[in-house]
Amino acid sequence: MPSGWSLIRLGTVLVYLFMFAPVAVVILLAFNASQFGAFPMEGLSLRWFAALWENDAIVRAFETSLLLGLLTAVISTTLGVLASLAMVRYDFPGKNLIAAALIAPILVPEVVLAVALLLFLGAIGVPKSFPLLLAGHVIFTLPFVILVVQARLVGVKREYEEAAMSLGAGPVETFFQITLPLILPAVLAGALFAFTISFDDITGTLFWKPGGVETVPTQIFAMLRNSISPEINALGAVMIVITVAVPLLGAALARWLSARGRTG
Amino acid sequence: MSETDHHAVDLRGVVKRYGDFTAVHRTDLSIEEGSFLTLLGPSGCGKTTTLRMIAGLTSITEGEVAIKGRRVNDLPIHKRNLGVVFQNYALFPHKTVWDNVAFGLKYRKTPADETKRRVGEALELVQLPHAADRAPSQLSGGQQQRIALARAIVVRPDVLLLDEPLSALDANLREDMRVELKRIQHTLGITTIFVTHDQSEALAMSDRIVVMSDGRVEQVGDPQAVYNRPASEFVAGFLGNSNILPARILAREGERAEVEVEGLGALLATVEPQDPRPLARGETVKLAIRAEKLALSPAIGAEAPGPDAAALAGRIATVDYQGQVARYFLEAGQRQLQSVNAIDEHPLPEGAEVSIRVRARDCVILPA
Repeated sequence: MPSGWSLIRLGTVLVYLFMFAPVAVVILLAFNASQFGAFPMEGLSLRWFAALWENDAIVRAFETSLLLGLLTAVISTTLGVLASLAMVRYDFPGKNLIAAALIAPILVPEVVLAVALLLFLGAIGVPKSFPLLLAGHVIFTLPFVILVVQARLVGVKREYEEAAMSLGAGPVETFFQITLPLILPAVLAGALFAFTISFDDITGTLFWKPGGVETVPTQIFAMLRNSISPEINALGAVMIVITVAVPLLGAALARWLSARGRTG
Repeated sequence: MSETDHHAVDLRGVVKRYGDFTAVHRTDLSIEEGSFLTLLGPSGCGKTTTLRMIAGLTSITEGEVAIKGRRVNDLPIHKRNLGVVFQNYALFPHKTVWDNVAFGLKYRKTPADETKRRVGEALELVQLPHAADRAPSQLSGGQQQRIALARAIVVRPDVLLLDEPLSALDANLREDMRVELKRIQHTLGITTIFVTHDQSEALAMSDRIVVMSDGRVEQVGDPQAVYNRPASEFVAGFLGNSNILPARILAREGERAEVEVEGLGALLATVEPQDPRPLARGETVKLAIRAEKLALSPAIGAEAPGPDAAALAGRIATVDYQGQVARYFLEAGQRQLQSVNAIDEHPLPEGAEVSIRVRARDCVILPA
């Protein structure tokens, strides 16, 4: 029955429209020449992007977000790779419990996690600070890294490592010579996940950030409370481009790496 | 000089347990310098576990492993100077053939020009001198296995460990590689421990075979000894086709014993001079006779069996024609026997009455 399929197709198109139309509107309005963010647009202009560049608070928020995202990616990926190795390659008491605990931050609502960490640190008398914010981001990006890296590591046969060790490579040399190159695509993917999730995050960040420090999402949030400035559209457009482009680039890089791994 | 000086590997009272399960029971084994030893048995018999304990890939629960007289229990694998070849080759997929073979030399601080020479020689030895720049994925299974072998021998290991290296190859290639592997082992004179479940590989390649079952060593001996004089019912049944018959000792005189086989009658059997068993009258035993040792001839006009042999009357129930040979399923007395005989043009027909010649030297007495 062709009409049944047409209905499904129409439904799919409408759902996607509903999801992506607002994004398209934000990007379009970022180029609007007028003060007021409304259609019809009165002309094209890059003035709001220029205004972003001149707004110190936004530039500072951008720097904070980038630094936070990069540090989160580095720390989360390092910890995630080590945790995955332990989970896949070794047996130890309490393994299932630890595995569940490492994945739990995905399952617990972020608000709960945010409040819990804040109360815990308050109870032991640690003030809010940038390292605390970073720790929070690491906690809830870690499960993503672990899930991706673990899946890849399961597919890397233990024999490769055993062969390397039988030839005289110690455990550390074996990791850098054999294991890491073989799981590299997953490690990069994990790092990108960590970066984009950290870069986008607002809930946890609102709870954990020390006074005076803003990330891009919290900056947007703060600006929205005062007025709906067209700058927000431009900033939103930049955010969208970064959070879409970074994973795409990463995926391309990963594909290139694994293709190179196959053919030498 | 101690007795172990010319042993490449010694296992002394080695045991491997996983919780309550014993994978390898108390095992003592010595492997002579330069020899080719095979651990043979069905899957789950503990042969791979034994190999992995020698390699240092699996910890030892009890006992001691020594390589060249040095205890290695606590020496990690990368300090044992071994060459290991795995069933699935385990060539590093992200490195070229050259880098794979040169890998072990890097950790032995070999100078660049010597590395170049030795990798070249190793590739020459496995007859793949032109594969150096290729990726492992561009090679066939047989070629990958040769490179894995080159990678293992280029470091001049004290012992070469082969874990079912031929079982992933197809049948023809497997036989070629068998000859090839033996040639390389012979050229280098390298002590080799080979794990397989394939009896023909074991018989063709080994200086000594260790037959294992359920984590225990059933028999250790050269291929002829293991084949012709099996020490247990398991060994007799695992290598080739054997008739295993319940029997009772009637009399023993030196190297000869007369036994009564249930439902078949009295037969003469050979006892090894060094056999410690008393084999007293009335003792119940098993008698093993290889299928190809039962010679058939038509009952009419059959020659006398000769000294130290008996002739049994039988009838052919089924013929399994295999070209060069035929496998016959026989009825003799109240027993069923198997016989494999070479054939000239036509096998003996089904239903034929035959005379079965049984020689005393082919009858082996096993514990009941």
